[in-house]
Amino acid sequence: MTGTTIATPTPTLSSEIIGRWHILSALLENKPGVLFRVTNLFRARNFNIESITVGSTEQPDLSRMTITLNSDERTLDQLVKQLRKLIDVVEVKVLDAEKTVYRELALIKMKASDPTTRMEIANFASIFRANILDIGKETITVELTGTPDKIEAFRNLVDHFGITQLARTGVSALPRGAEL
Amino acid sequence: MVEMIGAKALIQALEKEGVEIVFGLPGGANLPIYDALVDSNLRHVLVRHEQSASHMADGYARIKRKAGVCFATSGPGATNIITGIATAYADSSPMIAVTGQVPLAMIGKDAFQETDIIGVANPCTKYAFQPRMAHEIPETVKKAFYIAESGRPGPVLIDIPKDIQQSNADMNFPELIKVRGYSPVIDADLSQLGKAVEILLKAERPIIMGGGGVILSGAFSELQAVAEILMAPVVTTFKGKGSFPENHPLAMGPIGMHGHAEANKMILEADCILAVGARFSDRSVGRYDEFGRGMSIIHMDVDPAEIGKNKSVDVAIIGDVKSSLRTLVKMLSKVMVKKDPDNPWLLRRRELIEHYAETIKDYPRDLTARKALKKLREILPANSIATTEVGQCQMWASLHFDVISPGTFFSSTGLGTMGFGFPASIGAKAAMPEVPVVDIAGDGSFNMTENSLAVSVLDNLPVIVFLMNNYMLGMVAQWQRTFYNRRYKGVHQHNCPDYVKIAQAYGAQGIKAQSLSELENAIRSALKMEVATVIDIVIDPEEDVYPFVVPGTGLKDMITGS
Repeated sequence: MTGTTIATPTPTLSSEIIGRWHILSALLENKPGVLFRVTNLFRARNFNIESITVGSTEQPDLSRMTITLNSDERTLDQLVKQLRKLIDVVEVKVLDAEKTVYRELALIKMKASDPTTRMEIANFASIFRANILDIGKETITVELTGTPDKIEAFRNLVDHFGITQLARTGVSALPRGAEL
Repeated sequence: MVEMIGAKALIQALEKEGVEIVFGLPGGANLPIYDALVDSNLRHVLVRHEQSASHMADGYARIKRKAGVCFATSGPGATNIITGIATAYADSSPMIAVTGQVPLAMIGKDAFQETDIIGVANPCTKYAFQPRMAHEIPETVKKAFYIAESGRPGPVLIDIPKDIQQSNADMNFPELIKVRGYSPVIDADLSQLGKAVEILLKAERPIIMGGGGVILSGAFSELQAVAEILMAPVVTTFKGKGSFPENHPLAMGPIGMHGHAEANKMILEADCILAVGARFSDRSVGRYDEFGRGMSIIHMDVDPAEIGKNKSVDVAIIGDVKSSLRTLVKMLSKVMVKKDPDNPWLLRRRELIEHYAETIKDYPRDLTARKALKKLREILPANSIATTEVGQCQMWASLHFDVISPGTFFSSTGLGTMGFGFPASIGAKAAMPEVPVVDIAGDGSFNMTENSLAVSVLDNLPVIVFLMNNYMLGMVAQWQRTFYNRRYKGVHQHNCPDYVKIAQAYGAQGIKAQSLSELENAIRSALKMEVATVIDIVIDPEEDVYPFVVPGTGLKDMITGS
């Protein structure tokens, strides 16, 4: 039964990445090594996640981690249970996107050497309420905050100018209203 | 508050937890701990390789049902115990592994014998601590035991930098501890138990699957009570072997890749499975997608993450299985009408047992693994403890060695660690010196940790190594025979070494058994001996383990070899 060195195929948890988009919010002990434990879990159990952000909270000894992923319900259920099993994870919640405020920040650097392009980009930026952070001879860098959809929409809009660099933070989220 | 150095605080904290014995090997980075041991009454067992220390702690834990403790130094000492830690993790065995680490200021500098053992141990421990101040040690030890022993048990590592072991601090030994983010569920959800009762009442062909969780929580009498009320046949997983007396009129033995044929067949014919402390592993149920179709599955487990991990279930009862079963017994005994022992379902059980007893033939030879193990069972007192190595010997033990007294059998079932059985049997002997302990072994596995003979002899922990010797890595050879057209590679041990001489060289007894009568004499002699005995039992290298459920197939595709 267990006495063999011959590998047998084992099914993976995230063999199908179809499913819905989910936002998870977790409170973690704010101490060294905790982020490693969480990310190691994702790797070891074959969970594919879309984004992960982590930072301080209103309580100095806790960090908040926001995770977004596309998954079926079963994978989501396992991810939540496996996260809860980690001793440094104090709390895990699946947030209902409808009842959640969530935002992501993106920095987008585009080719913009001629005045027309610059005007056009400035125009788009203003429509999207993005800030222009830097203008050089060749490029413009824009800061945009919004839902991942909004960032995608802006990105599609400016793609033809030539995006030379892009940095996204991943989603941060909190429940709406008084809910904790 | 008492002022002392970290190492002394560690030893005192272990003593306060009721630790009596530690298995270990010293080195540069844990010298202060060994120095503190000099002034302690803790029994220290010096191993010959750190891997064996962790297996001994594991074997001790599985019999004592409390955490076993092992010590190793930094770097290679620490990496050597990882196999034992991973073994304990896979089988949910409580363990505290204490490693020395290079001084704090040296961490991350690739110092001599430095390894990032916290990083290495992370995926195979329940938690890994690294105290950064000496005063943290007592609380860390308290937390480590709490985490290791509660909920679903498992190994916990404490990695202590050498300067922290040596530095003085005011120590406060807490009596109680809380770990935020860790609150194992104990009592089962009553509404879910109600649903389980409804399903069980309706079931015409119920079957119980006892898993390792039954053994871990010591829920033997509860499991038996439920089985007898339901009049349900009981199969077990391999980890759950011995969760139910295998001579009981409802017992059917382990299911799985090399499970009992009648058990594999019976579970597929059931309309309802009550799985108790089991995790539906691939080795037990074959293909996840095929298993359990058209049946109601009730799953009891202490670990919420096991629910739905491998198998979707109809009712999930999360909580300590002893508590869940106890409540279930109460609920069932109010509503259950006693079933006729000659009902068609139980008649089917007998029919299947008889059918396979006739169909599955023993290997045609005077001394076979089956005959040897039946003989061992016949002579060995029922309360003896048996463990196994890994491979054919292990599966033969599963098939042919009936566990009569619940909780007296264990094996490396999850990780399948060759070399586990012998040191683990020594640990078990330390936990229960008054009963005979047997390691059902093969030559390939025993070879890996045979230097623990020194420990067995010197520390007066005599065990019996029941060595079924085909001078072959037998299970691999069986697969090469079956799947690779007998193209053998890397499986022959070429009559080396002479195990009788090996035993004698360590001051143990070595007996060669080439016939069943020689074997009988050898077992009787071993039971009387006050030192370890290695019984070198000569078996044929062509003897296969059957039945066999080929990986990637379902239990229904079982091959019986005849």
